[in-house]
Amino acid sequence: MTDRETATTLRELIEERTIVVCCGSGGVGKTTAAGALAVEGARLGRRTCVVTIDPAKRLADALGLESLTNEPGRIEGDWEEPGELWALMLDTKTTFDDLVGRYAATPEQATLILSNHLYRNIAGALSGTQEYMAMEKLFELHDEGRFDLIVVDTPPTRNALDFLDAPRRLTRFLDNRIFRLLVMPTRTYMRMVGVATQAFLRTVAKVVGSDVVKDAVDFFAAFEGMEQGFRERAQKVLDLLSEPVTAFVLVAAPRRDAIEEALFFASRLQESDIEVEALIVNRLHPRFGQVPSVLTSPEAAAAPAAAPLAALVGNLRDLEGIAEREERYLKSLTRQVAPAPVVRVPLLDHDVHDLNGLGQVGRYLLGLEEG
Amino acid sequence: MDPGAFCAQARLLIVAGKGGVGKTTVTAALARLAARTGRDALIIDVEGKSGLGNIFGHLEPLTYQEAVLAESGGPDSGEIRARTLTPDDALLEYLVDHGMNRISKRLASSGALDVVATAAPGIKDILVLGKVKQLERASVAGAPGAADLLVLDAPAAGHAFTFLASARALLDAVTVGPIRAQAAEVLEMLSDPGRCQVMLVTLPEETPVNEVVETAFKLEDQAGVHLTPVVVNGLYPVHDLDIDPAVAATAARVPLTEAEVASLRRAATFRMHRQELQTDQTDRLAQALPLSQLHLPFLFTTELGAAEIDLLADALEAEIAKLPDLAPLNLPEDAGAEAGAGAESEAAGAGSGADNPQPAEPG
Repeated sequence: MTDRETATTLRELIEERTIVVCCGSGGVGKTTAAGALAVEGARLGRRTCVVTIDPAKRLADALGLESLTNEPGRIEGDWEEPGELWALMLDTKTTFDDLVGRYAATPEQATLILSNHLYRNIAGALSGTQEYMAMEKLFELHDEGRFDLIVVDTPPTRNALDFLDAPRRLTRFLDNRIFRLLVMPTRTYMRMVGVATQAFLRTVAKVVGSDVVKDAVDFFAAFEGMEQGFRERAQKVLDLLSEPVTAFVLVAAPRRDAIEEALFFASRLQESDIEVEALIVNRLHPRFGQVPSVLTSPEAAAAPAAAPLAALVGNLRDLEGIAEREERYLKSLTRQVAPAPVVRVPLLDHDVHDLNGLGQVGRYLLGLEEG
Repeated sequence: MDPGAFCAQARLLIVAGKGGVGKTTVTAALARLAARTGRDALIIDVEGKSGLGNIFGHLEPLTYQEAVLAESGGPDSGEIRARTLTPDDALLEYLVDHGMNRISKRLASSGALDVVATAAPGIKDILVLGKVKQLERASVAGAPGAADLLVLDAPAAGHAFTFLASARALLDAVTVGPIRAQAAEVLEMLSDPGRCQVMLVTLPEETPVNEVVETAFKLEDQAGVHLTPVVVNGLYPVHDLDIDPAVAATAARVPLTEAEVASLRRAATFRMHRQELQTDQTDRLAQALPLSQLHLPFLFTTELGAAEIDLLADALEAEIAKLPDLAPLNLPEDAGAEAGAGAESEAAGAGSGADNPQPAEPG
């Protein structure tokens, strides 16, 4: 990646890029940020789709996401022509099913896989699957070409590494050597599977039961021949993420754990030659002005007549103190993502759970209001 | 309720909540409170990445070996220890315990572990909980070096439910073998309020409140665990700020500039608005979830150290003192005659006395 001369603004990102990926740890307001960016995209006249993972219920309702269709639903609003706003809530299982359908040689093969016990557990149990399917859905939507801008909210990953590692994780799983050896045509099987492998699987069966091992063997038998298609697809998805049409936006909250995770995330993206193009910091305490230097001695503050003023000053001191500390805390993160712009969204006096609320956050994101 | 009695309800307290609500902080405060009541507390970190050590000034990352985070402060206080217990740790120990030391490396390196874990979802969680159960048994037996209270910092968000429901899920998926036996034993521990209870943590905000209500019902109904009072974290301490700063300044005989008056007024308005919002949310929580609430203050700091944990432990202690005394729980047979039907484990397990009904369906 080349060094950028100037920082891009969030407004430029949603006007010019095709894909904006919002990442960050859980509970920092990623979904809200993604929703707000999408609303602004539509307002700026782009055909926009937001892909969310697990929106809070009221926000989901506001976006018309009460049913899981895995297809974008349209949201009416005051968008500039030809702007549109669509929203989709990711259904990991259906996305995976569609992918199986796409790469199966015959409908029978697809049916066999879809009904396998192990396959039915993959979406819920194999870590990284949800992350990968979010990327897969993004790739599909991009491929269809019906949107100018796709904004993706990423799953609240336990470990930031999972996110970029997810496609490879899945293909590694599908390539599992031990189980694939077992499903090779019989004669090869006899030659290649050593006594050790059989003994190994017998031991595994002793621990978890033979049903589990049988499910796994059946799955790999049904999947035979599809790994190549899956691997190529995963590579294409990864490639799309590092293309210049894609922008990564890091979302953080000014809490110690969230900042630490954001720092880790930023360095991890940089290792993969992906730059953070903007940093959104949510829920910063607002500033109210300097604390007046009155009632500074304990005696003055303790006087009964001064009690009401002491309470007011104490409150301002609390709020200014936390705002200053948050600002100081942000410095390391700001340095790490430089020259990416840092966009501040203050702690609002209400929760965001409708289009108006998203619009309000959007004004801060686009710099129309200062946070 | 006496804080000692609170810490003695069960040997294992599992602290759960969505990301960002302060689960780890509450875990630390709870351990501190237990230590104050003379109990050695062991914090168990199942994700292997928590900042718990840092909070107590213990700079090395936590490991599978217990580390002392805070020494005992005297004969009446216990110490705080911590360790990790990740799925990988648990699996390795399980295999070694079952004489399968030699295949353990191969299981991980060949990727077969992923395949097995997918075929039998919850298997990793069961291994972790199985090990926790061992620690709980050692604690009950008073084994040398065993802690008096185990505080488990549960996986975040939706993972907490999957984690705690893993025993039931596994019993459905795996029909034979030692893992199944382990799941059955774990289920027995989780569903016994005298052995294990779950403390949910939330924030006084719309989304966290909705989520904690949903999680509480799911955990009771589907995972069969018992809940302590729910912790509402990060509440702005309530002050009466409905005062005109100009009037207050005159009363105090202090000169203020117009700009200062305006700053004080805006800050007071903001604080009062947040106070009102948090009251709305705690009221809403009380309506939707018939569990007592333990309120912890927002500390106006970004740093979290031993001093802050002490403040939170103070608050926790004061809140617990407000709870009614527990109905006797799991009485031995000779004392059983005293306990009426209504005082039995279900209601007491909800943590706030025998008159506490089981949660109704959320509205």
